[in-house]
Amino acid sequence: MPELPDDGTLSTQILSSNWRPSRWWWPLVALSAALTVLFVVGVTLTVDRGVGEWGNNIPVGWAFGITNFVWWIGIGHAGTFISAFLLLLNQHWRSSINRLAEAMTIFALVNASMFPVLHLGRPWFFYWLVPYPSTMGVWPNFKSSLPWDVAAISTYFLVSLLFWYLGMVPDLATARDLAPGRTRRRIYAIFALGWRGRSVEWHYYRLVYALLAGIATPLVISVHSIVSLDFAIAQLPGWHSTIFPPYFVVGAIYSGLALLLVLMLPVRAVFRLHNVLTDKHLDAVAKLTLMTGTMLAYSYVCEMFGAWYSGDPHEQFAMLLSRPFGPYGVLFWLMTAFNVVTPQIFWSRRMRRSPAALFIAGLLIWVGMWLERFVIIVGSLSQDFLGSSWRDYAPTWVDMSLLFGSVGLFALLYLAFLRWVPFIPLSEVKGQRYEKAREPGDHGTEPERSVA
Amino acid sequence: MTDLQLLMAGPSASRLLAEFQTPEEMLSAIDALKRESYHDIETFTPYDVPDVDPRLGYRRPKLGLISGIGGLTGLILAYGIQWWANVYSYPVNAGGRPAHAAPAFILATFEGTIVGAAVSAFVALFVWLRYPRPWAPEDEVEGFERSTIDRFWIGIPSFASERDRDHAIDIASRNGALRTVKLGGA
Repeated sequence: MPELPDDGTLSTQILSSNWRPSRWWWPLVALSAALTVLFVVGVTLTVDRGVGEWGNNIPVGWAFGITNFVWWIGIGHAGTFISAFLLLLNQHWRSSINRLAEAMTIFALVNASMFPVLHLGRPWFFYWLVPYPSTMGVWPNFKSSLPWDVAAISTYFLVSLLFWYLGMVPDLATARDLAPGRTRRRIYAIFALGWRGRSVEWHYYRLVYALLAGIATPLVISVHSIVSLDFAIAQLPGWHSTIFPPYFVVGAIYSGLALLLVLMLPVRAVFRLHNVLTDKHLDAVAKLTLMTGTMLAYSYVCEMFGAWYSGDPHEQFAMLLSRPFGPYGVLFWLMTAFNVVTPQIFWSRRMRRSPAALFIAGLLIWVGMWLERFVIIVGSLSQDFLGSSWRDYAPTWVDMSLLFGSVGLFALLYLAFLRWVPFIPLSEVKGQRYEKAREPGDHGTEPERSVA
Repeated sequence: MTDLQLLMAGPSASRLLAEFQTPEEMLSAIDALKRESYHDIETFTPYDVPDVDPRLGYRRPKLGLISGIGGLTGLILAYGIQWWANVYSYPVNAGGRPAHAAPAFILATFEGTIVGAAVSAFVALFVWLRYPRPWAPEDEVEGFERSTIDRFWIGIPSFASERDRDHAIDIASRNGALRTVKLGGA
């Protein structure tokens, strides 16, 4: 395993990509900008002409829009899981990847929040979902799941943003002090708030950061639970199940870990970060993926068992016949292959440390998790209680452009992040090396502990 | 340093900064300074050195209390708004369900609590550290910027006399200080 260089060299190595783009940057920006244009076209058509541009039609009132929403918001969960939950558990390996994961959370949330708003039909009135005193004298109905989503997503976004930014302040100060040129220094100085690494700053910072981690952790559980209630509180066969909140939370973390693998491996290769993002990190993320994947497979089985055991013929039909053999049966089996079979390769240590295997597995699971949401949403809606009202769904090109466009927008935001923000938590990586060196029994020097 | 900056720097104008290569040297210098009764010490480090805190004797701030009050405020506001909206101001009878549906109100109340707790902790940090702090007297020292990269600094804000300060310089140098800088003052 390559050793870390000294603190100065490490800072220069990691921040140099913030001063000068790598040769991959512009081609990737061009590609994601092209996809983003597609997204803008899709949004413009949806706002101008309405959701009639989408393939949705009764009984399939929810389709790509809600699938994309659940998919993106789920992806965000792995970021918070890694940065907050693992911080509380003292899992030091998280330090190298936490900022990459948190940025993924923020940008995934940006994407996720747009889909329900577009789905409103009149997106320019989205603020009607917020309780504000108006002359109309009308308030949102908090017994509906839509205002719950607004509360959950806005809270999640705000807390994730505070946590991400606060974690970044010491590194923004390093960027300020290393940046070439006055303009760059000034911009980083504004965002660094005046951080100088004072003892009193570290003293307060450590506490507030840990507290925010503690606060963000229940959000990992609550946000996707609330999203799952959008389905679970409905009567529809295939949705009306108490297993939904934990099932959705596990799937969310799983899909986010998959995307993290897809993002982390190219970053490691392009910026030659093998000394910071080591094989140990890949191994740990792969193990988490295997664990959450297995939990998800268990949820799939439970869902089917619950439907059979309920004795309700509609539930039994939806879960045991319509899902695997109905109009979206192919997608169901693809989903099972991607989400249940793929992670099994991570029982092998060699696979957990092979970038190619991890990247491909991440990609398959990422797609598989989109398919899962599609199968749950469209599969259940298209074949509900009454056979005479069944109708299949097909997406339009606007649906497609919104799906692929949102991937482009995400990539564009992520590329901007890699270009201008210190994406490896430098101060944490340096601090951990120091901590490791002073552990008794290690070859490092043990500082005098007594206070005179 | 200009006169204006000296004036703005206030009581810290006559302070001393000492630069160290490693955290171990910095910590041993702190110990030595404390043995000689220099108690008002601060450090500048590129990362969190946990051994600094017990030496400088910071008191734990009342963060739990502040965040708790913030969270409680969020909780009351979130539940209160929902109650006001759906029970008092605009009750809607949908399928005979009760207007005051506490289980349905729990979700947004939980989120409101989280927002209150998180925002109050974040704001408390800004107030405690007086952010934003665009300029500080240390910035005028050539090479001080390495305190966020790879160097460790000790700062002593004020001294009773010049002799006192010279003695501190002596201690710092004996413990491996690369250099000491007198910042302003006599």
